[in-house]
Amino acid sequence: MSEILTKSRARNIFYGGSLFFVAIFGVLSFHSHRYVVNTSTAGMPLTEAVVLGKHVWERHSCINCHTLHGEGAYFAPELGNVMSRWGTLDDPETAYEILDGWMKSQPSGVEGRRQMPYFELTEEEMRGLAEFLRWADQTDTQGWPPNDAG
Amino acid sequence: MKYQSQKVAYAYFLVAMALFAIQVLGGLIAGWIYVSPNFLSELLPFNIVRMLHTNALVVWLLLGFFGAAFYLIPEESEREIYSVPLAYLQLLILVVGTLGAVLTYLFNPFPGNWLLGMQGREFIEQPMWVKLGILVAALMFLFNISMTVLAGRKTAISNVLLTGLWLLSLLWLFALVNPDNLSLDKMYWWFVIHLWVEATWELVMASILAFLLLKLTGVDREIVEKWLYVIVATALFSGILGTGHHFYWIGLPGYWQWIGSIFSTLEVIPFFLMMSFAFVMVWKGRRNHPNKAALLWSLGASTVAFFGAGVWGFLHTLHGVNFYSHGTQITAAHGHLAFYGAYVATNLAVMSYAIPHLRGRDPYNQVLNMASFWLMTGGMAFMTFVLTFAGTIQTHMQRVLGEGFMEVQEGLSLFYMMRFGSGLAVVIGALLFIYAMMVPRRELFVRDAKTAQVGE
Repeated sequence: MSEILTKSRARNIFYGGSLFFVAIFGVLSFHSHRYVVNTSTAGMPLTEAVVLGKHVWERHSCINCHTLHGEGAYFAPELGNVMSRWGTLDDPETAYEILDGWMKSQPSGVEGRRQMPYFELTEEEMRGLAEFLRWADQTDTQGWPPNDAG
Repeated sequence: MKYQSQKVAYAYFLVAMALFAIQVLGGLIAGWIYVSPNFLSELLPFNIVRMLHTNALVVWLLLGFFGAAFYLIPEESEREIYSVPLAYLQLLILVVGTLGAVLTYLFNPFPGNWLLGMQGREFIEQPMWVKLGILVAALMFLFNISMTVLAGRKTAISNVLLTGLWLLSLLWLFALVNPDNLSLDKMYWWFVIHLWVEATWELVMASILAFLLLKLTGVDREIVEKWLYVIVATALFSGILGTGHHFYWIGLPGYWQWIGSIFSTLEVIPFFLMMSFAFVMVWKGRRNHPNKAALLWSLGASTVAFFGAGVWGFLHTLHGVNFYSHGTQITAAHGHLAFYGAYVATNLAVMSYAIPHLRGRDPYNQVLNMASFWLMTGGMAFMTFVLTFAGTIQTHMQRVLGEGFMEVQEGLSLFYMMRFGSGLAVVIGALLFIYAMMVPRRELFVRDAKTAQVGE
């Protein structure tokens, strides 16, 4: 073993093999990029409201309590399918109203229950957030999550 | 310490240890919020505490890596660091950036501002100016280290370390782009997150481990370096396509379920090899090195990394399992043990080895240091077990039976109390480690005979 696998051979295998796998990964990533744009997220247009909502989501650090498509903190409920859970996936107006009502009633102050902060959002931002969550929900996520509980 | 410029590492280690203390205290607060949810809920909400916890972790680990590089590259290259002032300037930039990020998280003074505002993607929430500062610091570091290595002796250890550090810095560029399309955002986000912790950081870890084992065991360099190349080859061969295990449910094509399952199963191999490497070198080694604490941390790092990253990673990486366990406390269990074993313990190993040299004295107070190892490792292991149980119950009740998230969480409160207890042990261990490194000036329990000289 030690005669066949010398240090310089081991080094060459490391560099050569890594380049090989980087190349495969690059090709698959390119294909995946196109698949996302043309197929999996094509169910609803990526409007200005959706983009605004995404930035609202980011600038208030929602991901550090909630999960979105299963990624994030595990402190608060999954939101990738929240619009399905509310039955408002195809109803932007009701989606906005429920979200607005929910967020304005926070923090609940209930003793012993996890608290969501109050966020000062304009109506446009709140509508954007609702649209963003509807947009995320229509993404083809290979059937995940297993049920509405998220 | 053979080279004067190695002293730079000491400043990096000091800042790293300070942030380590902040990180574990942040974790303790977050753990307490799980037990008592109204605690600080208006003053310091959970999302802010978590950002401090995770960001402090990443920054102190990176500072530890930089410090380790500044310590070991002069010895490997057999010359002084190219520019010492540049190394201190780099540290200054990173410290200012860290303070800026912390203040931004705490007070969010510029929400939505493209340059000054918090960016809110998990783990890379830093405002753009901090991200750019990190990029500048990384470039300064790469320039400084590369110039040192190029002018001196080239070894496998410095090759692999440099490859890892160059690649992780290049991958940082993906942190600067944020696509409007959420699925694309997530895909490129993993280019940073996954390809750091499950690829390039493994190169850094393996080379630090190789350096420490070389010094601590006295095994022939040829043998150590051949092991090193084999380990890092398996790390990248499995880790690059292993990224696929994050691509199952975020809107990417279905073929990632097979690619991710197969290659992330192989990700166990480099961690198994690193563990075997550490133990085989110690058995083969003839040297009876006086720094037992550094040896304990080196063996501990490779072992806990194998369990945390390898075994606990494999536990939920197959797509059929992950479909149910994705984004539950199972992930939290794996994340804690993997980061602790692979990167925290590696950093503490190199600090345990280097700081006595940097301060020009014997590796005293090893008993305290080793006690801190067992406190932290025991606490982290227990935390991993209770979170795994919590995650298993959560997966069954929420993902199989379909019960609501909040109802399920209320049923897990006993596990969260035990998690807080184990977290307390980790915090005490961490503070004990810092104390053992910094304060005592003589051995608390004197050994009967000092066999080896302190030097290498």
